[in-house]
Amino acid sequence: MSCKEVQELLHGYADGELDLVGSLEMERHFRECAACASGYERLRGLRAAMSSSLPYFQPPPGLERRLRSRLRTAAPAKRSIHWQRAAIAAALVLTVAGAWRVALMSQRSDSSDILAAEAVSSHVRSLMAAHLTDVPSSDRHTVKPWFNGKLDFSPPVGDFPSQGFTLAGGRLDYLDGRPVAALVYQSRQHVINLFVWPAPERPDSEIRATSRQGYHVLHWTKAQMNHWAVSDLNARELSDFADLVRKAE
Amino acid sequence: MADKAELVAFEQAVLPHLGAAFNLARWLTGNDHDAEDVVQESYLRALRFFSGFRGGNSRPWLLAIVRNTCYTWLRRNRMDDSTAELDEDMPAMDSASSNPEAVLLSAARRDLVQRALEDLPAALREIVILREMEGMSYKEIAEVTAVPIGTVMSRLARARARLQQLLAGANSAEVRA
Repeated sequence: MSCKEVQELLHGYADGELDLVGSLEMERHFRECAACASGYERLRGLRAAMSSSLPYFQPPPGLERRLRSRLRTAAPAKRSIHWQRAAIAAALVLTVAGAWRVALMSQRSDSSDILAAEAVSSHVRSLMAAHLTDVPSSDRHTVKPWFNGKLDFSPPVGDFPSQGFTLAGGRLDYLDGRPVAALVYQSRQHVINLFVWPAPERPDSEIRATSRQGYHVLHWTKAQMNHWAVSDLNARELSDFADLVRKAE
Repeated sequence: MADKAELVAFEQAVLPHLGAAFNLARWLTGNDHDAEDVVQESYLRALRFFSGFRGGNSRPWLLAIVRNTCYTWLRRNRMDDSTAELDEDMPAMDSASSNPEAVLLSAARRDLVQRALEDLPAALREIVILREMEGMSYKEIAEVTAVPIGTVMSRLARARARLQQLLAGANSAEVRA
């Protein structure tokens, strides 16, 4: 990450708005670059000064009481409009729900297409600012237990640094209508999201490949777990990664 | 009575945020009396719009109404140039020139920080208040101020750079005096 990028993301980092990968890169940069590190310290100093100096203005006594009484006199006038609106809204909800079911049924055959789209969206979201409850760690013995109590299964967590795929951490995500484990790997400048969740009673499968919006998506079933890997890494290297993960389990 | 039930639901959703509503109005209008008028008007408007509130987090929803009411009120009652549109292309000033020891906690220093924030244009001031005093996420701030998340981040960067500059300037003036 360059100093310019760090400057651009500095506030997002200080406000806890960066994703796992971004935060790790910022921290690495601070360790190596004294100028950026001191910029961050100045920002922390300013925020500390603000939190100890800025008054939080309290509402004057009696405001809540005055408000309540004004609200009471204002409320009754609008009853009829209200119920009409509620009825229209309810009718709309029913219509939309009906249409939605039809749409769902006609799309059922493409469920793996839908999943691929969901997986790619999750991947893209994870790379943007403003995301994540996560465990930033390259230690799989930290990452694996972190999922305990957050998921009703324990995802297999591998790490393959000597083959060029380093574990960067994990987070909870939501795919296929359920919470899933998202394991984040780095390969050079590329990020791989590996989504894992249970596939009870499903036999092991070969790797299937597809691509979407310029991202490669591989998915397979192994040891009764669904695996979806998404990355902008080239297809061959992503498939090497998938092979490593499959062999490790 | 249905209205009674609805009023109760409304009060439960928004009265807990009275403190946040008043604080925001107070920072935007600059005095207690105007802030109270704005808060009362905001709550009446919020009640009218309550049927359109789809549940979820009521705080950004309410604060968006308070904010809009503030601006309407300021435009009606003052010719206040601090509410003028911001030029988004103006780059944030480089904060590297400011003084790292800007954290003095004397009463004078507290006044300085407060005045520096009051001197910011409203569009920057409100974002600092929502972030630093209400602890809102960029997404929530974007919801309140009706700008994209990227704009929230760039305005926050500009606001903080301006504050650092104002405080550093005041510091060196103090030293010289």
